Amino acid sequence: MTGRQGTFTPIPGAAPLWRQVLAQARMESRLMLRNGEQLLLAVVIPVIVLIGGVTAGEHLSLDLETAHPLVDIFTPGVIALAVMSTSFTSLAIATGFERRYGVIKRLGASPLPRSGLLAGKVGALLLVQLLQVIVIGGVGQLLGWTPEPEVLGVALAIAFGTAAFASLGLFVAGVFRAEATLAVANLIYLLLLAGGAVVLPLGAYGAFGDIVRWLPSGALGEAMRTAFIDGEVAWRDLGVLAVWAVVGTTLTARTFKWE
Amino acid sequence: MPDASPAVSVDGLVMRYGDKTAVDSLSLTVERATITAVLGPNGAGKTTTLETCEGYRKPQQGTVRVLGLDPTRDRRELLPRIGVMLQAGGAWSGVRAMEMLEHVAKLHANPLDTDMLAERLGLGDCGRTPYRRLSGGQQQRLGLAMALVGRPEIVFVDEPTAGMDPAARRTTWELLEELRADGVTVVLTTHYMEEAERLADHIHIIDRGRLIASGSPEELTRGTSATVRLVVDQELPADAEAALRASVDRWSADHGVGVRSISFGSRTLEDVFLELTGRELQP
Repeated sequence: MTGRQGTFTPIPGAAPLWRQVLAQARMESRLMLRNGEQLLLAVVIPVIVLIGGVTAGEHLSLDLETAHPLVDIFTPGVIALAVMSTSFTSLAIATGFERRYGVIKRLGASPLPRSGLLAGKVGALLLVQLLQVIVIGGVGQLLGWTPEPEVLGVALAIAFGTAAFASLGLFVAGVFRAEATLAVANLIYLLLLAGGAVVLPLGAYGAFGDIVRWLPSGALGEAMRTAFIDGEVAWRDLGVLAVWAVVGTTLTARTFKWE
Repeated sequence: MPDASPAVSVDGLVMRYGDKTAVDSLSLTVERATITAVLGPNGAGKTTTLETCEGYRKPQQGTVRVLGLDPTRDRRELLPRIGVMLQAGGAWSGVRAMEMLEHVAKLHANPLDTDMLAERLGLGDCGRTPYRRLSGGQQQRLGLAMALVGRPEIVFVDEPTAGMDPAARRTTWELLEELRADGVTVVLTTHYMEEAERLADHIHIIDRGRLIASGSPEELTRGTSATVRLVVDQELPADAEAALRASVDRWSADHGVGVRSISFGSRTLEDVFLELTGRELQP
């Protein structure tokens, strides 16, 4: 290259991959926390479910056939709900609109590879989920929650739950238009919240519980409760989540379009 | 590492969507450190050609090389070296203008100073404005800034001044000229004749996916043909057309001039505009 040294003289190059992934994770988590609807889904609804569940349960003398106080049962379930809302619903909606607005297309022409984009998204999910655990755990403790968790069990539940729900969320975002993704992701979230054994333990579903435990929501809820209440790692439920992650990843890999 | 390969070479490119042929055996070359305009009407295949150079689409037939690399096979090696400005979009709706620019800067090894770049593009006042509230022209300028921030060797800009007011358009033109002076290759698509004529060292005119003319603005306008336009002040009787054709034929035979085309019709808005201003309405 000859010529003068000017403002725009080319010095091209990609930043180190880890720095690109970090930038992407920070950007995505910031946008997620800035968006009012996303924040509602991430923090406000879980906290309302937790407070409402515990106080209403006590008033109604709700009997979940366990010896544990209600707050000990609800708090892990609400943490599971938070993981589900962020990894599935928020991710699906955000990705749907990224496709719509050409963000994914534009980043596709940047040095950030697709694997880096995915890693950035996962990083953002884990960061937001950490904040959710802190807020929900704090509210739980105000309500009298005294957990003695198996830390490995909690970490694995979050990791496997994120993998399963994020892969399914990307599948939804890849198949539908942005508006339809918004509707479908919220609908599935509500259905799983009500009937998916996330917040309420399997025992509350009677005979139906044997079916619900194979749903990703039931498996995540049980894995979280086992880790927090019994202090154990729920290998079977983690296995169920792993299978869902494989299913979701396969479906996404076959159908997802970046534009 | 001197590399003599042209900035872009497209050879026999064919791209079809269904049964529609968007690009039809297109061949063209772009020399380094030049401004090259790909000029043509909407739907001519400009964007498809550009997106093939950017590695978004794989050539169905023919070859495309950018900086000597295959844009799909060598994508990871090529992408850091090029800057891309999409025709629209490319940013989150809730992201602030400067936040977006700084994000793209962080993906590169030696980015430009984002404040300087924003200042140069007149984005200083709207740095904290969410993308969805930027005007069309501001979104365009942010898109251009995003293409430049990584200090690329080539920038591909798709309709860079669409939606800009005349002042912003002039600023953008001056910026693109400065890029060329600093050794950056600029490939732009446009359907503004004036833009191509003012900026480009080389113009490729494409229509319906085919290259129909190629050359510097001077070469293209110098040409070896002239247009004579005749507008009469009344409707003509039915036989007038044949009579006029006969006289034109006679005159052209006498003077050894070939008539490329002759057309008859009623007055159009184009004619009105031309009469009033002496200029063409459409290129």
